[in-house]
Amino acid sequence: MLDKIKEFASTFFVTGDPMIYGADVSIALATIGIVFVLTYFKKWGWLWKNWLTTVDHKKVGIMYILAAILMLFRGGVDALLMRIQLATPDVTLLHPEHYNQIFTTHGTIMILFMAMPLMFGLFNIAVPLQIGARDVAFPFLNALSFWLFFMGAMLFNLSFVIGGSPDAGWLSYPPLSELQFSPGVGQNFYIWGIQISGIGSLATGINFIVTIIKMRAPGMTWMKMPVFTWSVFSSCVIIIFAFPILTVTLALLFLDRFGGGHFFTLDFGGNPMMYINLIWMWGHPEVYIVVLPAFGIYSEVISVFSKKKLFGYKSMVYAMFIIAILSFFTWAHHFFTMGSGADVNAFFAISTMVIAIPTGVKVFNWLFTMYRGKLEFKTPMMWSIAFIPNFLIAGLTGVMLSVAPADFQFHNSYFLIAHFHSALIGGVVFGYLAGLYYWWPKMFGFTLPETPGKWAFWFWNIGFYVCFIPQYSLGLMGMTRRLSTYGWDTGWQPLNMVSTVGAFLMGIGFLFQVLQILLGIKNYRKLKDTTGDPWGGHTLEWSIPSPAPEYNFATIPQVEERDDWWAEKDKRAKGIFRKQPPIEAIHMPKNSAIPFIMSVFFFIAGFGFVFGWSFFYIPGLIGVAICMICRSFFSYDGDYYIPADEVKRTEAAIRGSV
Amino acid sequence: MNKKPKAIIALVLTVLTVALLIWTCFYAGGKYVVFDPKGPIGQAQKELIILTTALSALIIVPVMILTFFIVWRYRDTPTNKVKYQPHWDDSKKLETTWWAIPIIVICIIAVITARYTYMLEPSKPIASTQKPVTIQVTSLDWKWLFMYPEEGIATVNQVHIPKGVPVRFELTADAPMNSFWIPQLGGQIYTMSGMAMKLHLQADHEGTYFGSGANFSGEHFGQMRFDVEVQSDEEYKNWVADIKKQSKPLTKDGYLALAKPGLSQPDEYSSIPDGLFKEIVNKYVVEGSSNPHAGHGEATSTEDSSKTGTEEHAEMDMSHMNMSGHN
Repeated sequence: MLDKIKEFASTFFVTGDPMIYGADVSIALATIGIVFVLTYFKKWGWLWKNWLTTVDHKKVGIMYILAAILMLFRGGVDALLMRIQLATPDVTLLHPEHYNQIFTTHGTIMILFMAMPLMFGLFNIAVPLQIGARDVAFPFLNALSFWLFFMGAMLFNLSFVIGGSPDAGWLSYPPLSELQFSPGVGQNFYIWGIQISGIGSLATGINFIVTIIKMRAPGMTWMKMPVFTWSVFSSCVIIIFAFPILTVTLALLFLDRFGGGHFFTLDFGGNPMMYINLIWMWGHPEVYIVVLPAFGIYSEVISVFSKKKLFGYKSMVYAMFIIAILSFFTWAHHFFTMGSGADVNAFFAISTMVIAIPTGVKVFNWLFTMYRGKLEFKTPMMWSIAFIPNFLIAGLTGVMLSVAPADFQFHNSYFLIAHFHSALIGGVVFGYLAGLYYWWPKMFGFTLPETPGKWAFWFWNIGFYVCFIPQYSLGLMGMTRRLSTYGWDTGWQPLNMVSTVGAFLMGIGFLFQVLQILLGIKNYRKLKDTTGDPWGGHTLEWSIPSPAPEYNFATIPQVEERDDWWAEKDKRAKGIFRKQPPIEAIHMPKNSAIPFIMSVFFFIAGFGFVFGWSFFYIPGLIGVAICMICRSFFSYDGDYYIPADEVKRTEAAIRGSV
Repeated sequence: MNKKPKAIIALVLTVLTVALLIWTCFYAGGKYVVFDPKGPIGQAQKELIILTTALSALIIVPVMILTFFIVWRYRDTPTNKVKYQPHWDDSKKLETTWWAIPIIVICIIAVITARYTYMLEPSKPIASTQKPVTIQVTSLDWKWLFMYPEEGIATVNQVHIPKGVPVRFELTADAPMNSFWIPQLGGQIYTMSGMAMKLHLQADHEGTYFGSGANFSGEHFGQMRFDVEVQSDEEYKNWVADIKKQSKPLTKDGYLALAKPGLSQPDEYSSIPDGLFKEIVNKYVVEGSSNPHAGHGEATSTEDSSKTGTEEHAEMDMSHMNMSGHN
């Protein structure tokens, strides 16, 4: 009996690596710590009422961002471990198997559990406020999306200590990811972690499309919409077309592994190439899902901190939609080397380089937004400016890679690695960080201290070049991706060492950001944003106090101009005041525990499927079904009204304190 | 403004870093194999890379300079008295210009790319007066098997080719897919099970070149390196003769043992079982299945392969393709 338990435990828990034990201990300590703090300060009720059951888009946004920062930390530690392993030849810090797990989880976490939630967090924070709405179209669904993402992410991360992590690359190409070559549960964690959070992503896409179409303030016609909202709209359109492909692809892979299917297996007529095509039909649009909102943020930030209107607004909008459409016609450029023939390769090469046209136009428009402006170098602006040269390099190398016959020499090499990190860090992460700094006061009511932010910026920015420029060279020296180690005879050592130094510089940058947040909290009173408009903003979210009250807008604004808040401020300066409509009772959604509970059941079901334990997945699925029934048939009083008096009192309290 | 010197220090630091980086990238050792081609395919790819990079740089470099110029010139300081036009946000002329510039450049690159894509299609034989050498490549977990059907020999994790002779690589996998890459001879192509991919390369200079598996295929994928030995015709013939004389034969069982997951040292075999490559390729093709990709690339083959023993499987694979109604 004891032996059986021992045997089970040794496969169930990941063992044999001191780093894993370290992680076990730190997870246990952190959990005990959190439980202790919550109990000691009697905060369980607060946690439940204010966070776990909330449907308020602003709080959901904050939770997304918190989770994303945690995941950035996890993915970043993975990256640093890889860079230590590759710093010089023949390092044995990580066994190849462990190294394979780490690059797999690094990629998956950074894209799906860091970039996506950080993006959704910013959607949630900014979009309803920018369009003058009181919440998203479906607040309940919004909370559910968050909890599904969160549980999916937790399930995925659990694989680090239980069962073993996936190790077939971030896109899990079969046949390697099939049962024959990956018999462990790692791939199951991969499938279910992504599937569960993927439902959330799709729902968020739908939610924001409806929100933007239906809930804009009166007078805000399409061409008066803030450009970030446009970028969210284009990104969500891609989401609703792309994410179903991912779900189906992974479902087929699951059927292969769980039900003995042969969609992508080596034998019995399976076709792994089909998977590679399908996954990139999602995977390439995914790049634009995450980068378009970043473009939106750059547009907002550059315009505000240049104290100038965005140049070529219409071009910017059209460019985003051209990119969104083209993003679905380029997937095969990820495997020019599959031997599809010259016709196919020529088509996808050209469709890919065509994307450079609208993207190039956007760069020109950003530059001419700054031209004849007054540039103020606050942290959000620093990240936005730094993005431009980064992205020019990413664009240059992107065009180089799109040239199919040249790609035969770049493919799967560090040149490619450097390229997509330029696009995803220099393009996406820089943008989200700019957005985070920009909307931080709107979220928390205080600005972050500038000095540690600048330190963080310079460490990140310099570290970024030091890390990735050498990798372009390494690719041209023949170094392929996913190597767990290499020999002295390759001559790759010096540049790898430089690259590792760069990675650590970025790590220091991250620490400065943590310090910056801590200092911000400590000096909260001094940094308080009393005006609600710390940057001299152009759009509606800056017309209300910081942090935004629960109901966002006491009265729904009447929009007249593209940069309505800016125009309004100009008018007020001239002594023209708009007549405010009377404050009325405000219709609000009630908190609900169902999203959280339902996601917990999803987690249980997912966990059961990972191990093939029916005593987990059957109750889990039943729980999900019960939650759906409860929501559909028994919860009719999902809303309430804030009385006009209370709104008046709240407004007087916030605005009176100015 | 006490912030200004700090910003300048940071800027200087950045410029220094970039300069230092460029310096390291060129002088810290390591060979730019992609830019040191030893055959016509690699040479053409190098030219293409330089050409397209230069064309893209035509836009990128001026824009980069413009970025620094604008950011510097329009910084908001009390002493900076440049023009400020907060509401200037539209100019048809300017916008048309920067829609037009990338369109023109991309059109040029697109035409060049399309031409080179057909020219450098990997399954296309290299025009030459020499009769090509066929080498059948199988990627295994985690080693490379090279079979020379004409010479009747095989090697593991090393490949010898004669100088100045086109080589016709036929590639498959008996394991998760990989990618066959010899940077100094030319670009890579995937090795996939159930298919015989084609890659034509040629080496014009003697020497030892680095080759590797470029697509992740599991635990010890990092060890899937091989050396490419380019020899004069005579040396090559001697090498083949030596192997025929001295090495052990590769049997079916020997192959099965070799195919098991694990690492392998460079090795040589004096003979190969008849039709082994065909067997490996067809191993994963279900009888009567409609897998349209079986025998991928074979359909385009027009050259004489009667002596290589691939003819049969070429026919067989084509029959699969016909049955499936594709092509």
